[in-house]
This record gives sequence, structure tokens and C-alpha cells, in this order.
Amino acid sequence: MKTGALEAARLVMVRDLRLAFRKPSQLLQPLMFFMIVATLFPLTLTPELSRLRDAAPGVLWVGALLSSLLALEFLFRDDAQDGTLEQFALSGQSLTWMLFAKTCVHWLLTGLPLALSAPIAAVGLGVPAEAMWSVVASLALGGFALSLIGAISAGLTLGARRGGVLLSLLTLPLAVPILVFGADATQRAITGGEIAPPMYLLGAIAVLGMTLAPLAAAAAVRIGLE
Amino acid sequence: MLRGVSFAATSGQCVLLTGKNGAGKTTLLRAIAGLLDPEAGEVSWRGKPARGERDEFHAELAYLGHEPPLKGDLTGRENLRYSVGIRRTVTPGEIHAALERTGAQPFADRAVRTLSAGQRRRVALAGVLLTGAMLWLLDEPATNLDIEGKRLVANLIGEQLSRGGIVVAAVHQDLDLSNDGLVTLELGAA
Repeated sequence: MKTGALEAARLVMVRDLRLAFRKPSQLLQPLMFFMIVATLFPLTLTPELSRLRDAAPGVLWVGALLSSLLALEFLFRDDAQDGTLEQFALSGQSLTWMLFAKTCVHWLLTGLPLALSAPIAAVGLGVPAEAMWSVVASLALGGFALSLIGAISAGLTLGARRGGVLLSLLTLPLAVPILVFGADATQRAITGGEIAPPMYLLGAIAVLGMTLAPLAAAAAVRIGLE
Repeated sequence: MLRGVSFAATSGQCVLLTGKNGAGKTTLLRAIAGLLDPEAGEVSWRGKPARGERDEFHAELAYLGHEPPLKGDLTGRENLRYSVGIRRTVTPGEIHAALERTGAQPFADRAVRTLSAGQRRRVALAGVLLTGAMLWLLDEPATNLDIEGKRLVANLIGEQLSRGGIVVAAVHQDLDLSNDGLVTLELGAA
């Protein structure tokens, strides 16, 4: 009996989670990078919490973006090298759907841990305790949108040598709206403002990404497999 | 790379693609599978262009390339559970039987990265068997296998043909297949 789409996606997700936990170094690298970047700023800028607080949204979001880029390189690369992506493409299941499942796992393994660990970095940047939930929520939502947009770039750079550099060049311009609205949400959270407007915009980008990014990523992967 | 290649295969038929290195055997297999877009020409399946009903066509084919599509950090059994599981519902008993049939059962619970190339090939062959696909596309299926392994590949192909399946295989070495339903297509022999 042919496997249903939901079960196929579940199997892809379970497989990727199992693989990730057997190679925890790939999981920890972006997280460690984020923590180090966020820690370096207080050491180099100023010890004054009020000034650090002003820089906190930018530091947190640029750190999160660069950390996501580190992990994006691995999103499809290993699967392309060992023939798994070919098997996905020939499985009779929708490649778009399978890649969406993989992208969700990518967010679970990088974007979500990054958002959950952000309060540790945020404390060092003088972010008040009452703003922490908003910081976590905006980074989690923005991280999901970043994973979706990054999936397109990861698909496009599959066949490229030095794909990592090209991936950054493709992803960074597309990630600017996420960075702007995410940093705005964090800034408003710190100053006690209304965070709903930038969060709605981040949500809209995520929904748009969910609709279009897997389709574009699947088309890019098919080209990359040729 | 390839020009003027045309053939048809029916149920119970095996098409062996032969030719020198670079003749285009792998290219042809990938084009049939839909992994390559030919500049001209088309692949038909059950009388209709395969491209138009890609997912249905792919559900009926199993493709085994040069390298076995296995994850080194998973065991052979886990690899099969996930790779075959996304195509069709597969039970642990079926996986066990397929691994037994290809002689991969003794090392099925070891991480694939610790297996030899021949052992990986046996696990991958178990995966092809488990798909239950009508059409097998095999690229050098006996590579890295010992004499007994080559006999196994010949037997598996024979069983697939007797079930009414179709096999298209790129081969360099003699697989000692029965002549029934066997067609050889030499590429690069204009």
C-alpha cells in the first residue's frame, strides 16, 4: 500500500532527527557560534547596559541570521551526496512536500534551539526579563521564515562548488525583511512597545514562505540533481 | 551525449545496456528515471508520456545508482525502514525477509559506514526488492559484489522478470542471466 503524504513526511522528519542526534556536532555549531557572537559584543562595545540594550536587537538578529546560514549549508548537501535526494525525487511522493518536512526539521534543530537559547545571550546585552518571551517568539517565528527562504538557496547551490559562499550571497538579501521586522519586534519588546505589528509581518513572511519556498526549493533541487 | 536511442521493454523483459566507459549508460538510465531532462525525445510508461504522470511513474520504478543511497550513520535496517517506508507501508518482517534474501541480515544492525562496499550493495539491493516496483533501473548492480553476490543479482533479476517486472540494467560484467526475455543494447556502437 502506498504511504500517505503525512506518514512520508513523518518518516523524513524522524529520520533527520535521528541522524542529527547521532551527529550532535552539526547541531551545536550554529548554537555555539550564536552564543559567542552575542557574547563578544558586550566585551568589545561597552559594559554600559543602557548602550548594549540599544544594540541588542541588531546583535541578536544578525547573530541569529549568520548562525542560520552556517546550518543551511547542511540542509540538502548530505542527502544530495549520498543519493537520498534522488530517491526522494523518485519515491512517487511530492518532492515539494518532502523538502518542506526537511525544512521543518531544520528549523526544529537550529532555529528553535537558537530562539530558546537567546535569553542567555540577551541577559548579557541588558534585555529586561519581561521582554524575554517576546524575544524568543520573534526569533522562533523569524527563524522559521529564514529556514524556508534558506531552503531555496540551499537547493539552488546544490551543484555549486564553494556553495557556502554562494548560499550566503543568495540568502542574505532575501533575509533583509525578516531581519528588519524581527529586530523591530525585539526593539519594541525591550522598550515595552506593541510587538504585534512586526510579529504579524514576520508571520506573513513565514506563511508566504510555507506556500512558495518548498515549491521553489523542489524545482531548484530537481535542477541540481541533473 | 546520446542520440538515436530507442527501445521498448515489456513485462518480463530485461534490457542490458552495454558499452564502453562514457558511452552514456548511466545517462540513459537517469533520463529514463526522469532525473535528467533529455533535449529531445521522451520516455513512455504504459503508453503515456512518463513526464506527464511523474509521481505515478516513479511509484512504479526502483532506481539503484552507482552508489547505494544509504545513510552512513543509520543501520541498514533503519535505512530501509525510512527509504522504503516513504514509498509504501513496509513491515519489519518484510524488511527482515528482504535482508535475508540478499544476504545482508547478519550486518543489518550495524551502522552503514562500518560496512564494506559489497555489504552496502547488498543492503541497497534489499531496498530495491522491498519497493515491489514493476520497473527496476539498475546501474552496475553487481559492482563490489563477490561471485556469490553476482549470482544473487542474476537470481533477483530473474525473479523480477518471472513476476512480470521489467529490468533495465547498465552492466560492464557478465551477469550470467538466462536468455529468456533478455535484450542487449550496446551504446556508442553507431
